[in-house]
This record gives sequence, C-alpha cells and structure tokens, in this order.
Amino acid sequence: MTNPRLLRAALPFLTLAIVLAATFYVQPRTMSYFGLNLMLQYAVPIALATTAQMFIITVNDLDLSIGPFVGLIGVIAATALNASPVLGAAALVACVLAYGLVGALVHARNLPSIVVTLGLSFVWLGIAVMILPSPGGKAPAALKALMTVQTPYVPFPILAAVAIGVIVHLALMTTSFGVIARGAGGNPKALARAGWSMLRTKVVMYMLAGVFGLLSGLALLGLTTSADAHVADRYTLYSIAGVILGGGEFMGGRVNPMGAVVGALTLALAGAFLIFLRISPDWQIGAQGAILIVVLAMRALVTYGEKRS
Amino acid sequence: MSAEAIRLDGVEKSFGAVRALAGVDLVVGVGECLGLVGHNGAGKSTLMHVLAGALAPDTGRLTVGGIEPKTAWSSASSQAAGIRCVFQELSLCPNLSVAENARIVHGALSGFGWKARARTLIRTKLDEIFPGHGINPDDEVGDLPIGKRQMAEIARAFTVTSAPLRLVILDEPTSSLDAVTAEQLLAYIAKETARGTAIILISHLLGEILSASDRIVVMKDGKAVAARPAKTFDRASLMAAMGSDLNDVAVSEQLRPAPKPDAPVVVRARPSGQGAGSELIVHKGEITGLAGLAGHGQTKTLLQIFARQGAEVDGPMAFIAGDRQSDGIFDLWSIAQNVTVRSLRSLTRRGFVDPTAEAQLARTWRDRIAIRTPSMDNNILTLSGGNQQKTLFARALGSDATVILMDDPMRGVDVGTKLEVYAMIRAEAAAGRSFLWYTTEVDELTHCDRVYVFRNGRITEAIDAADLSEQRVLQASFAESGT
Repeated sequence: MTNPRLLRAALPFLTLAIVLAATFYVQPRTMSYFGLNLMLQYAVPIALATTAQMFIITVNDLDLSIGPFVGLIGVIAATALNASPVLGAAALVACVLAYGLVGALVHARNLPSIVVTLGLSFVWLGIAVMILPSPGGKAPAALKALMTVQTPYVPFPILAAVAIGVIVHLALMTTSFGVIARGAGGNPKALARAGWSMLRTKVVMYMLAGVFGLLSGLALLGLTTSADAHVADRYTLYSIAGVILGGGEFMGGRVNPMGAVVGALTLALAGAFLIFLRISPDWQIGAQGAILIVVLAMRALVTYGEKRS
Repeated sequence: MSAEAIRLDGVEKSFGAVRALAGVDLVVGVGECLGLVGHNGAGKSTLMHVLAGALAPDTGRLTVGGIEPKTAWSSASSQAAGIRCVFQELSLCPNLSVAENARIVHGALSGFGWKARARTLIRTKLDEIFPGHGINPDDEVGDLPIGKRQMAEIARAFTVTSAPLRLVILDEPTSSLDAVTAEQLLAYIAKETARGTAIILISHLLGEILSASDRIVVMKDGKAVAARPAKTFDRASLMAAMGSDLNDVAVSEQLRPAPKPDAPVVVRARPSGQGAGSELIVHKGEITGLAGLAGHGQTKTLLQIFARQGAEVDGPMAFIAGDRQSDGIFDLWSIAQNVTVRSLRSLTRRGFVDPTAEAQLARTWRDRIAIRTPSMDNNILTLSGGNQQKTLFARALGSDATVILMDDPMRGVDVGTKLEVYAMIRAEAAAGRSFLWYTTEVDELTHCDRVYVFRNGRITEAIDAADLSEQRVLQASFAESGT
C-alpha cells in the first residue's frame, strides 16, 4: 500500500536524477560548479512560474497567461522601474492585484479559467509590446547582481530552487491556511458549507500566483539583462508541464510544491541535455515533448500499480 | 438558557415551481434526539440545508437557543452557533488527510502545532464513537473505503473546539456503515444527548429511528405532518404516517414463483480472494444476494464479474452503482440521456442516434418506473436522490442486459421508492433476468433466492432462501472474527 505511493512521490526526483545522470554522461564537463550553474540558471524563473501555476491548479483552475505575464513583468521592470522606481513598483503591484481580480471574476461569474486567462494572455502581451515594441530596456543592477551571485560550494540556482520548494511546501502543505486552499480544490462545496469564503480563497491563490509570476519575471530579467515581451511565451506550457511532472493533478487539489520545483528543474535540464546531444533546434520541442510523455507514462504505470495493490 | 436548541416557525422554500418546504414548524429541545422521516422529496434535505445555513428560506423565522440570530443566517453563522451537519452526500475533501479535514470545520485549529491538535481531536472522537475503527488521522480520505469515510465524517461532526456543540444533524448517517458500526453510532447518540447536545437523525431505516430517537417528526410534501414521542410509533404507524403501505410487500412476496431449479447457469464466478472454496453461481431468473459486512469484497466481486475476470457470464450485463454521485449519473446530462446511455447501440440508425427512439425509450421507462419529473429533458440533478437512483435502474433495465449487477443500489433511497423497485426487480426476474444484488440492509436479502455471505474477500457461506435468517447472515459475517 505505502510502496507505490512512496514511489509516486519519489518519481519526480527519480526523473530529475535520470536526466541529470544522462547529461553528465553525455557532457562530463557539466559535472562542476560552473557547469551546473550555467545549465540550471534558467531553472529559477521556470520554477517560480511553475509554482505560480501550481497555486492556480490547486483550486482546480488553469492559467494560460502566466508566460506573457512573466514577459510583461520583465518589460515593466526593465523600463518603468528604472525610469521611476515608485511608478514602476506601483505598476508591478497593480499587476499582482490584477491577478486577484481575475480570480474574483472567475469565481463570481463562474467562468472557465482557461478561457479567461487565454484572453488575458493577449492582454498582457499587448501591454508589454506597447511599452517595449522591440527588445531592449535594462535590468536594474540589483537584480543582475542577485541572479549572478556566486554562492560558495553549491551553485545559486540550486539553493534558490530548494528554498522555493521548501518555503512553498511549508506554506501550502503544513499550514492551516494551506489546508483550506487545497480543500478548495478537493471539495469546494464542503468548504463553503463549513463557512469558508470560496471567493476569498480563490483571490488569495490567484494573488499568490501573481506574486510568483512577478518573482519569475524579475528573476528572468536578472538573467537576460534586457527585456523582450515574448521572452517567456513558452513558460505557460513549461509551468503546466512542471506541475504535472512534479506529481500534481489538474483537478482535485492534489499538488506537490517540491515536486513542481523539481519538475521545473527537469524541464530546464532536458533543454540543456538535448543541446548537448546536438539535436537540431527544429526537433528540440518535439524531443522535450517526448520526454514529458515518457515521464507521464511512467506515472500512469505507478498509479495503475497503486490501484491494483 | 432556553430549553430549545433550535426552533423554526413557518419556514418556506421554493425552487422554481417546486415547493420544497411549505411552512415547516420545528422545535428541537436541548439534549433531544429527534428522528425525522419522510419520503425522498418530502423536504427533509432542504430543511437540513436551511438549518445548516446552506440555503436561505424564502419566509419564516429561525431562533437559536431562544434568540433570533443578529446577522443573516449563513453557513458561517450556523457553524458559529454550534450546528454541524453530516450530509447525505459526503462532504470531506478527498485530497486531504482525516486530520486536515477536521481543520476545515474548525477555525480554531490554526497557528503553531495545529496539526498535532487536529490529529488528537479526531482520533479521540473516533475512538470514542467507533472503537476499533482502524483509521489513522494521517490517512488520505480518498484512499479510505466509503464506510470509513462516513465514520470519519461523523466523528468530525462531533468534535468540539471553540464553539460549543448545540445541534448535530445526521442525514442518513448509517447508509454506508455496516451493522456493527451503525450500532456503535446509535449507542453514541444516546451518550451525546445525555450531555445536552441536540441531534436530528434522518434515516430510512425505521428500526434505527424508532430505537434511537426521543421524538419523531414525519414530513410529507414539505410539511411536518406528525410529531409525537417515539414510543407512540411503531413500524406500521410510521409507514402509515409517511403515506406508504407495508401491505404491498406482503402481497408481492406471494406473487413471484420460485425459479426453476434446472434453469441454465448464467454466472459462474470465484472471488479473487477465494482459494479452492465455493463458487458463486447464478441461474437464469434468479435473484442472488451478496451479504456480509460492508467492504468485505462484495463490490470487488461484482466488478470482477462485470469485467469477466475469473468469471464466466452468459449474456450481456448492466451495472447499477450504489455511489451514484461518483459512479452513476452523468450530472451534466438530461434524465433521458442518463437512461438511454446504456442502450445507444441499439438506438443507432445509420451511425447516428435516432432521437425519436431515444425519447421513446426514455418515456417508456419514466412511466414504467415512475420517475417523478415534468420532463425527461430536465437535467438529472433536478431529481431527488431516490428518483436519480430510479433513473439508474431504468438505464440498466431498459438495456439488453440479461444479468444485472447491483452494488448496494438502495443507499439513501426512501421506502416508497424501494418498494416500487423491489416489485420491479421481482417482475424482471420472473421474466428471466438474473440479478446479483449486494446489499448492506439485511431486510433486502429476503427478496433473494440465494445469499452468499462474504468475509475478508471470500464467500463464507451460501444460504438458500428457505434457510435465510438475520441470525445466520450475521453468524457467517462474524465467524472467526478477529483473525
């Protein structure tokens, strides 16, 4: 009984270990502080975006706008935040509040989140393109410094990923609020009957997603140093894939914060691995998809074993 | 301190044209166990939802402990007033642990160390109500069988943190419990009322109502039609007050001829837990009962037969689910679509579903099984629970299946509906259909020609109709218990 469950919880970590081992095998030079740092630095913004997506998935919704949102944050931070810190910061806070508003709208009007966020993705992208029609702008120096910091012994991206995973795990899986949030995904009716406001829960979760989207945008900007409205378009799919790779489920409030971060790391590594294999960029997306399918098939097998026992 | 726990005066509630509550007056005293009975659709569930604050009444007055609530009545204020509900459809979050589910109803379980307190709280209560329950507070609810889920939910309703417990509403609390745990619950109800907690007990098992309640209220057509001390009622007078007639059963018992002993075998199965022991055999036209304590392999065996794994079945099968919310109904579809889904192949003309034939089949079964609805095109959720279950019966009986598997299908169904369905099953069996019927209600086994008693996934005894007694079923269920 406990064995398949344990296996399932371990699956994201196993996947990461396999991809990591394969990468080391193909390109032994990556097995160093510098190599890991280089390979994993983009995992930090992906992990943050994945965590944002996980908050939305926790309450049985899906966010198809997180990629363009991350792009928009980068654009604002690379332009307005430099020109006028107060105005820039206000714009960023407004973005987070907008997420809360979306949550309220989705709940109050009982709208499908997929449709609402798909529409919003064009809104975010449109605003970003209006602010910055062509790539440019400049990352605030502090961001650049933070994202390229050289930590002793363990590369910064790994420390950052562990920190994100642990903090979100503690918040969502062990606090009494986390129980309410996950319960909202598991049985919203029961939660409402127990006297909890579903509206408030959804708004909080959407705003948390907004905050992590914001952090993701800033982290990404710190790495790219200049902004581009389209820079994070792929993040929408990455974030969903990361949550699912990490053992989360689309419905029912079953999520795994540590797993989600590990899923994001796996996706980032898989990209590097494919480059080392010298797979032509034309095939990379397809190859990444194939990796996803293999992992999800493994999970389906484990779940099947769990059901049979 | 008022002697009234809660009081309703002239409460009315309508859903569109349907008048669910037509002016209900109800008083529950402190420390009283009030039994509430009535057909499905009599308004019991609506009344409970009003008490729990989940539904706002159209008119009427509600007072709690003699005082009118200051704020608008809602789920939150009902919780704060110490009113707890165990609803018929389970309201636990399947993705959370038992302890975490306790947290959901207790605002006070927060801050540092809440989880340890939640664990202790729910474990203590489970131990108190259901000794030997075998539930770990860290078990994820989705992994528990339905009986244990119900135990966890009942225990949760009786846990106390900040708000004192005033009233606990138990809506069909024993529908998924076996005889032993149901008995434990009834014993606990007596203990809890002695401490001053009021309890409203809704059950279709009249024996339960008669033995556990101090006073019984009978509801009919959205009104309380009778309210008297429980001692003044017996089974027959309760049935009479509800408006159904016990004599119907007695008559139909006589009507059915015994199946021929030389009828061909249609099902031959060996439960997966069974070693070399006895097989389960069903002849054509037989009603075969599967009995024993809940969760001892009956459902598993039915599923195994349905999948034809380790079972030889002659003829098409249909399955009637007991957990209709999750396994039975398509809740976005109309009643008609829910009836015809099993028969679509035979309703297909040139690759398309023939809408006339589909509507025809749905209409036929509405009339035959008396599904109470103005239109079969209405959504399935507009029906009361009993009528939803009838729809599932219509789905199976309207199909080409000759073997019907039933997984405790009468869970939470009112007496009137039950009698109608029993008659239908007997008629269909007489016409040559075979039934495999898992039931948790010993009364229902009297309809069977042969009963297989299960324990730990194996058949321990096969009892023919002539030898059937509650005593024997219980003996076979418990023999060598503790091993």
